[in-house]
Amino acid sequence: MAGFNIMEDKLSNAQIAWRAAQDIEDGSYVNLGIGFPEMIAKFQPEGRDVTYHTENGVLGFGKAPAEGEEDWDLINAGKKAITLNPGASFFHHADSFSMVRGGHLDLAVLGAYQIAQNGDLANWRVGSKGVPAVGGAMDLVHGAKRVAVVTDHVTKDGKPKLVETCTFPLTGVGCVTRVYTSLAVIDIEDGKFILREKLPGLSMEELQAVTGATLHIDGDVADLIVPEDLS
Amino acid sequence: MDKTLSSPAEAVSAIPDGAKVMIGGFGGSGAPIELIHALIDRFRETGSPKALTVINNNAGNGHIGIAAMIKAGMVKKMICSFPRSSNAEAFNEKFLAGEIELELVPQGTLAERIRARGAGIPAFYTPTSFGTELAEGKPTEEFDGKMYVREQWLKADFALIKGQQGDTVGNLTYRLAGRNFNPLMAMAADKTIAQVSELGAPGTIDPEQVITPGIFVDGVVEVANPQQEEVLVRTGVVH
Repeated sequence: MAGFNIMEDKLSNAQIAWRAAQDIEDGSYVNLGIGFPEMIAKFQPEGRDVTYHTENGVLGFGKAPAEGEEDWDLINAGKKAITLNPGASFFHHADSFSMVRGGHLDLAVLGAYQIAQNGDLANWRVGSKGVPAVGGAMDLVHGAKRVAVVTDHVTKDGKPKLVETCTFPLTGVGCVTRVYTSLAVIDIEDGKFILREKLPGLSMEELQAVTGATLHIDGDVADLIVPEDLS
Repeated sequence: MDKTLSSPAEAVSAIPDGAKVMIGGFGGSGAPIELIHALIDRFRETGSPKALTVINNNAGNGHIGIAAMIKAGMVKKMICSFPRSSNAEAFNEKFLAGEIELELVPQGTLAERIRARGAGIPAFYTPTSFGTELAEGKPTEEFDGKMYVREQWLKADFALIKGQQGDTVGNLTYRLAGRNFNPLMAMAADKTIAQVSELGAPGTIDPEQVITPGIFVDGVVEVANPQQEEVLVRTGVVH
């Protein structure tokens, strides 16, 4: 068997999103972060009834409208035009963040620069230069019953994104419960990374070598298998 | 109690130099563009109001609305959660040149600080930002085993907001996701001025449909067929 190439044989963003989508439960209320996490909605398994929340005051939004059909008073937190599903509702910003912090959402899925083994998340800025912008990131990490992250396992230059301690400015402390990466699915429990699934061609040693903190095993490690051609 | 104002120009005529002004909207959705532009026009004609503190989720986009206020030099400080946009050069240039102050507030905390002022609650605890640089210097306290950060209400002299339907006693409805910060700011400011697409006599809005009751609104001006910020940005309009 040929060796595993971390940069070439890893999952695409669409494949990571597909895997995260498999865990979205029927009947749940879900917030998907701006950008990459938004892709998860596309792979929502058939037969599951999921209501999507967006910070600017909409529950129950659906797909983007066709080009030319946009109504710019109807947007999501990423300021993209959306449509409404039957049963949708509007509310003001304080109610919207009451849904977030008040524990009413079942799941929030976010992107990450770094995730620490105790569940700390850094995803809002990488340094002190430029114009800082936080948006709803610091709110979204609190309150949802599950806070998951979708991310490449390593940075573009190959450095681990799963680390012992975050070095970038924190978004929240001890908030992440599950991480879907381009190589593995990892839970965070009691201050430790617990490996749940890894790509079948990847050895434990290879995975540990690109992870910045110890990966623990608790029971079986399943093969991480996703469809080949997703777009 | 007729709160009708004759024009956007009249509606913004009492805002003084140095005022703290809440401006409704999230990006272009629910942004009171005509009120903002009336304020800019007044500044260009009279040099006032200047040195404003503006409270909004964002810090303007393109060359209209809050971005045009910043470009014109009327804004001393922005209080916002996300001063980035597809074209945020007006804010970016001033900020990187040290010509505008920024108080960055997490979006949910911003909403709650505004709501708290409207509700007469001077401070509250939130889990948001605990352990981050945005909580530095703020009191913290443990409740039921979890840590929280104390945040204070956010006050303003004026709120400029956008509704869909209004009546002459100040009751308001909103359009789609254009509601966002508008009802909160209406409650929080000392004086709230609303532009509405349709202004009617009392009774034209079903009381069951009122989102902002008139007690929170001091002045209402009809702007039929209002401009939409996103459309202006996308078509490159400059104010």
